Amino acid sequence: MTTMTETKTTQVYQVFIRATPQAIWDAITKPEWTQRYGYRSIAEYELRPGGIYRGKATPEFQAMGMPEVVVDGEVIEADPPRRLVHSWRFLWDEEVKAEGPTRVTFEIAEGQAGVSKLTVTHELENAPTTAAQLAGEIDGAGGGWAFVLSDLKTLLETGESLPG
Amino acid sequence: MTDDDDRVFKALADSTRRFLLDRLFARDGRTLTELESELEMTRFGVMKHLRVLEDAGLVVTRRQGREKLHYLNPVPIRLIHDRWIDKYTERRVSALVSLKTELEGTA
Repeated sequence: MTTMTETKTTQVYQVFIRATPQAIWDAITKPEWTQRYGYRSIAEYELRPGGIYRGKATPEFQAMGMPEVVVDGEVIEADPPRRLVHSWRFLWDEEVKAEGPTRVTFEIAEGQAGVSKLTVTHELENAPTTAAQLAGEIDGAGGGWAFVLSDLKTLLETGESLPG
Repeated sequence: MTDDDDRVFKALADSTRRFLLDRLFARDGRTLTELESELEMTRFGVMKHLRVLEDAGLVVTRRQGREKLHYLNPVPIRLIHDRWIDKYTERRVSALVSLKTELEGTA
């Protein structure tokens, strides 16, 4: 468990996507898009400071024992299609729920030749289990942000996501 | 994008750069000074390697006050993984990797 005790408190992920900032923004914030990549959660955002964020599990994940709402949070900043900051609390079991809210920032920058840069910064103070899940370090819990962003890029660039 | 893949493979084709990534994997958000202290190399040499890793997207930097912190960005490696290793070969490969780890006693 030596690596777990050193769990990073901030994780930074970056990916270049051949898509407009607006398309990336929609893919992050609109449920019809969030159901098509990554963990296929159904996102609900009130895109204003103080607004709610909820990530709901698909019926398939709920059938596997996941709660209906897997992640909740509060929107801190929403500046479409460039910057979104919200708190993030996992709810899939009591242990992670007790770790309390963490904070995620999405930054989208328009680059050259129709390629945009998406940076996800997740601040994870005092949330080691949440951090391990997001880093893809928990067996059977998927690949975390790297998996989600790889799949998002594939979906936006090819119209298809990775095989489940 | 092939150019990006080329940059990632080239960046990984160097033991010093793989060592830097391993250090950042163990704990990231490190400064150049911290990373430099673990290598028998000039500050300039370490900077050059970090630049190659940054150009390949494997390292992302953030400013915090006066410090520049280096973070491991696993997404390009994940993209190569998703592109080159489908879920069937992955199982076979991981079985071979476990066998190798076990035989070499590094588990």
